[in-house]
Formats: sequence, structure tokens, C-alpha cells
Amino acid sequence: MSAKSRILLDPLFDNNPIALQVLGICSALAVTTKLETSIVMACAVTAVTAFSNLFVSILRNWIPSSIRIIVQLTIIASLVIVTDQILQAFVYDISKQLSVFVGLIITNCIVMGRAEAFAMQNPPGDSFLDGLGNGLGYSVVLLAVGFFRELLGSGKLLGFQVLPVVTEGGWYQPNGLMVLAPGAFFLIAFFIWALRTWKPDQVTED
Amino acid sequence: MRHDNTYIVMFAAAVCLVCSIFVSASAVGLRERQAANRVLDRQKKVLTVAGLIEEGEAVGAQQVAELFSQSVEAQVIELASGEVDSGINPADFDQQKALKDPASSRPAPANSAGIRRLPNDALVYLVKPQGEVEKIILPIEGKGLWSTLYGFLALAPDTTTIEGIIFYAHGETPGLGGEIENPSWKALWQGRQAYDESWEPAIAVIKGAAGPPEDDPHRVDGLSGATITGRGVSELVRFWLGDGGFGPYLERFRAERSAA
Repeated sequence: MSAKSRILLDPLFDNNPIALQVLGICSALAVTTKLETSIVMACAVTAVTAFSNLFVSILRNWIPSSIRIIVQLTIIASLVIVTDQILQAFVYDISKQLSVFVGLIITNCIVMGRAEAFAMQNPPGDSFLDGLGNGLGYSVVLLAVGFFRELLGSGKLLGFQVLPVVTEGGWYQPNGLMVLAPGAFFLIAFFIWALRTWKPDQVTED
Repeated sequence: MRHDNTYIVMFAAAVCLVCSIFVSASAVGLRERQAANRVLDRQKKVLTVAGLIEEGEAVGAQQVAELFSQSVEAQVIELASGEVDSGINPADFDQQKALKDPASSRPAPANSAGIRRLPNDALVYLVKPQGEVEKIILPIEGKGLWSTLYGFLALAPDTTTIEGIIFYAHGETPGLGGEIENPSWKALWQGRQAYDESWEPAIAVIKGAAGPPEDDPHRVDGLSGATITGRGVSELVRFWLGDGGFGPYLERFRAERSAA
């Protein structure tokens, strides 16, 4: 694999920000009760991570190191506000459901973590790919969690009834745990377990 | 790399300037679209609670606007007196904004619905597809468990038979309190009586199951696992039907109707 595609694809499974680095857990819990909100959130985070990496990397040689964190945050915060404005203008219903969590992308450790760890040392092209890859790595987990939470928690996928639930005359008794935050913890744990069984070198010694 | 202080200050100022230009450009550029979305969303909810469109039905923006202008009349009323406030154009009136402005709001009377302030004026909708008023739609809001619930209550022209209820914004737990959005629960409200014989608000969400509307007109099934949300819904509906809310307006409406 070429160096470029490694930068892009590594964060998907080999160095997944949630599964291996355990970053960005909070929003992975909050917005994943439905697949639809997970998808939009995943896109928003991927866009913000990619572009914040790009801009931070372009400026990396001019940013004074004493104020670098706050400069990164300013760039990230601006991107998040722009993203929020775009969501409100084009997917109003979903942006209403995501409410405060779009704004909270600012505090998502993945965005800041990649800006500081990667974009400050690498050229813009690579940094953009790294941001994109990490955003996608986050998305993989978010989509998997959103998929199972919506399916098991309310018997639906993207709002369509897949498993007929008992309250509407079907047979499926929705799992209430899945719609609550702890449900996401269990699913993320299963995801990490599966991933580390597949790639045993990610297992940490205790 | 060491930089002197002048450079650092200049750099920070430049970053802030560029970022603020981006942010304000996006906010200004998209403002119109966002405002249109908000109006559309509200109209859609009003039409849904009025039963003119189905819940979750995909309706185009044009169609919503058309249906709304054909069959719904908005009125700004003065809450305390219940009179129509003809000085304000309903299209320009924003009840949430009025609520935040001390000049157009007042402290709410003591209540258990978690409402602290009341706007002086409120926006109600009359549904009259054929010229006659068929439904009255009242905006309602109040505290649930975690969040403030915002919704609409639709009443028949007798002002007591409930035609529908909808909550369009809330932050209750999905699957528990969030079930206030469940269509089959909302359908349970239809046909029940909001007021008792002496015109006191009587409707309540109970714990457990209520009978059919004919036998059990003042009670609605509770939602399991959402006792506090249910209690909040009872309190807020009763508050808005009472003297502090739309009581005077509905009384006036009844008087005008029986006079006609």
C-alpha cells in the first residue's frame, strides 16, 4: 500500500480513533440512538476533521508554538459553526435532532488530537487525508453503533419499521437499554472486542 | 521556532479576522434558507396536528405553504383578555421572541408546569378549510423530565374535545419519555374531553391504561418508564387550558359561537 492510502485507511481499522485510541466516545454515545443522526454526525465530524487538519497544516509553519492550541481551536470552532449553519439550512429536521451535539464537535478529542499530533508536522495533502481517514474511522464505529441501537432499540432502520414491535401489534420487544447511553457502551465494547480478536496486536498488556 | 510578541498578537488577530469572516459569511448567506426552514417546519406541525397531512408524510415545501394558506388562519391574541390583537401581523409574530423580551412578557402565575414567564400575546391557529372553524390549534409548552416540551394542542370548536396533540421539540429520553412522539400514543388523545362540566381543565395523563374516550373522557394512558414526562404533559396541557393560558380566549370563543 502506498504511503498516501496508508494515511487514509489506517485509521479505519488498524488505528481507529474510537476503538484503539478511545477518543470521541462522548458524542458516539449521544447521537447514535438512530442511524440517520449517526450518518449526519459522521459526515459532519469527517468534514471538520479533514478541513481543520488541512488549514492547520497550511498554517503550521507560521503558527507561534505558544498559542498553537488556541489557534487550532479557533479554526476548529469556525469550521464547526459553518457546518452547523449548513446543516440548519439543508437538513433542518436532522439538525434539530442533533441539536447541541453539532456544536460539541469542537470538543471532540479526535479533531483536536489529529490537528496537534499530525497536521502540525505534516504537509497539507497528507494532513487532509489523515483527517479524512480519522473521520471515517470515527464514522465506521458511529454507523455500526447507530445501526444496532436503532434496530434493537426501536426495531427500525432509518425510520422504517424492520422488526414489528409489540406496541404496534408485532412480535419484537424493543430493548430499552439500547436507546439509553449505556447501550452504546456495550456496543462499542463489542466492537473493540471483535476488532482486537481480528487484529490481536491491538490488545494492550495489563 | 521563537516569535516575538508583536508577531504573536498580529497572527492571532489575523486568524480571528479570517475565521470571523468565514463564520459571518456562512451565517448571513444561509440565513434566509434557515428562516424558511423554520417557518416550514412550524407550518408542517400545525397541519399535522390539524390532521391535514399525515405524520411523516413527505410533503413538498410548496404544498405545505399552499395547504397552510388555504385552510389555516393565524391569529395573535392577548392571553390575559383572550381578545384578538389586531395590531400585530401573525406572519411577523414570534412567540418565543416575545417571551424573551421583558417588554412583551410577564412572570407566569404560580404553576406546576415549570413555566416561569408568559408572553403577553400568543399565536393561535384556526383551521377552516371550508370557511367554518373546524379546529383550534394552541401552542403549548412546559417542563418534562429533562427538557422543555414544545407542542400544539388541537381542539374541536366546542373547545373541549381534543382533536390531536403533537410535540415538535423536546429532549426526553428516546424510547421512554420520547414516546410522546409515538403516533399510537398521540392517537389516544383524540375524542377525550379537556374540560370537566364546570369548565375546569381536567385532562390528565395517568399511570397505567385509561378506558375508551366515551367512558373515561378525562384520562389518557401513561407511558411506561416515563412517569415524570407524563406528569409534565398533564401539567402543561392543564396550564395552557386554564386561566393563565388560553382559558379566557376559549371562553370568548364559546360565547361568540353560542351568540352566532
